[in-house]
Amino acid sequence: MTDREILAVKVVAVERVTPLIKHFTLAAVDGGSLPAFSGGSHIVVVMHAAERVHRNPYSLLSAPQNLETYQIGVRRMEESRGGSHYLHDTVEVGSRLEIAHPVNLFPLDKIARKHVLIAGGIGITPFLAQLEDLRETGVPYELHYSVRSPEHAAFERRLAAMAGARLHLYHDSAGEVIPFEPLLGRQPLGTHVYVCGPAGLIRRVTETARGLGWSDSHIHWEQFSAPPVGDAFDVFLARSKITVHVPPDQSLLESIEAAGIDAPYLCRGGVCGFCHTRVLELDGELLHNDHFLSDADKAKGRSIMPCVSRARCSSLVLDL
Amino acid sequence: MFKPHETFRDDFTFANSPSAIRRFPLPFPEDEYMYSVNIEPHLAGPRGSVTEFPIDIDEHYVAECRERALVLAAEPLRFQALPHMMSAQWDCLELIMESLARDYPGHFTLDRRGNHWHWINRPLQLEQRFVFGDPATLPQPPLEYVTRQAPGDWVIMDQRDGDLWTEAGMVTTQADWSLDFDVGMTFKEWHGPVPLAHEIGVFDRALKYLLNLRLGAPVRRLNWTMTINPRLDTAPENYPKWGPDRASVNAGNAGDRVHLRVELQALWRLPRSNAIVFSIRCYLISMRELATIPKWARRVHRVLKTLHPALVDYKGLARYRDTVVAWLAPYDDGAPTTPGTSPE
Repeated sequence: MTDREILAVKVVAVERVTPLIKHFTLAAVDGGSLPAFSGGSHIVVVMHAAERVHRNPYSLLSAPQNLETYQIGVRRMEESRGGSHYLHDTVEVGSRLEIAHPVNLFPLDKIARKHVLIAGGIGITPFLAQLEDLRETGVPYELHYSVRSPEHAAFERRLAAMAGARLHLYHDSAGEVIPFEPLLGRQPLGTHVYVCGPAGLIRRVTETARGLGWSDSHIHWEQFSAPPVGDAFDVFLARSKITVHVPPDQSLLESIEAAGIDAPYLCRGGVCGFCHTRVLELDGELLHNDHFLSDADKAKGRSIMPCVSRARCSSLVLDL
Repeated sequence: MFKPHETFRDDFTFANSPSAIRRFPLPFPEDEYMYSVNIEPHLAGPRGSVTEFPIDIDEHYVAECRERALVLAAEPLRFQALPHMMSAQWDCLELIMESLARDYPGHFTLDRRGNHWHWINRPLQLEQRFVFGDPATLPQPPLEYVTRQAPGDWVIMDQRDGDLWTEAGMVTTQADWSLDFDVGMTFKEWHGPVPLAHEIGVFDRALKYLLNLRLGAPVRRLNWTMTINPRLDTAPENYPKWGPDRASVNAGNAGDRVHLRVELQALWRLPRSNAIVFSIRCYLISMRELATIPKWARRVHRVLKTLHPALVDYKGLARYRDTVVAWLAPYDDGAPTTPGTSPE
């Protein structure tokens, strides 16, 4: 991450769409167009709160064809580490924020013959932009959207206008449940399934699809999970010559940033390998949570991905 | 500034001016060469260097575009695009037009009014009004139209299933590989023939890195080989036309015929399609031109002398490597070279 990838934006509209979800509409501070993106993309929003800096990823739910503004939907998390509360309670029209360029880790497959989109709750957001893309490609799709009760169907009207009869709504409060097995069982060859929402929904869909013989290459999911919490520990940064305390609810990367050290990062999700850092000394064990290092490299204990990984140790020295 | 009449075939009148020599992107920071994942951010380099701007326009631009047109006239399949790559084609057109118009306003102008675009290319004397997103408003498919006016080869890779698939491209200045053969391949299939690199995990790491390439954060690397005569188009389909040149190198002509061929490879994430475009820009320099820079003559002499035998074979240097090393030897007095690739 470098400065040139950060875009300064201002909030031009805030709308409460359900008791727990707010819509934020963002425009470039300089008044120009925002970067083009593809449906399924997210942005990292950088929030300079009084006590710390939050960097949270949110899906873009506005139409990719409209680059005057971006829209994100933010659910107020009950066990927030702070970011969603900051957006809900502090940010209003006129507030300035920083965002990173869009990244798409949940794209539609371009050679799919059909798409089945399954969303739970706030997991609908990446699909909103994808429906706009689908309108242009004309590839058949169906959308199955499960919400707690009608008042939570934040985007029902917009979805109905875009998807028409391809939209299937399920209200938990009325006991309606997505019929996973018949739904996935009747799909033609070449169909791809996409699921976004709570962990239980993702597990249900992926397990059902695999059980029916779907190939992993045709099953897609996205779940933004915060870096896992853990025991507090201290780390010594050899190049900066400072000791940093990592509390239970802050990631190693966040703690390093809070200490004023400009550490490299890209995805903040343990995927890209950009924050790869050498471990110089360790008395204890590394808790690797990334998908980048090979098992062999993890076992060696000579490197760590500070965005998601932690340590249980009495001393740790990093090459930072 | 442009040298519109120089040629890359038949009489081979291509040559570098003294300033083009000094800005040549030498790929050897040390006296020995081995593969590495030498990928770095594609940031603006020093003024006048080949990386000052994301897409470099130099004195060979007009002649290179004419050479591309000649290749396409004989072999139209040098441009290909699978049907699902249309949005990526438009992304690439936007990237190239925006970049050229911003960085070379004297040569190129792009006027955007919503989807109605107006493009002017003064060096090639072209003007086009078209509707962005509507292929019927351009004389060729968008990627073909724009890369007929852009230096270097352009390959678009779609990202699916944790891999990159080569599914569109314009390839006329390649070092012995074929888009027609490779189209539809995955990243590792495409790089299958490269020796040694697979064993040290270069492609595993490169693929992981590229799958996470970010919008607004392009990257680049240098690659190199050698070519006899300043021939841009060394396609495997035409091996009989250029392969025998290798046997023509002797002590008398090595300085003029043997060229170091450097590829400035740049990769961008494309916004609407989420595809990746891979630009492979070829720079050529003869040994005689190179030897006008004393440090570079020493450096290249040492690199070639110590090059791993598998790389000598893969790069097709086996027949003439010793002749070139002998030609360069008088320019190498054994003095140490300064680190890095600058001319001094």
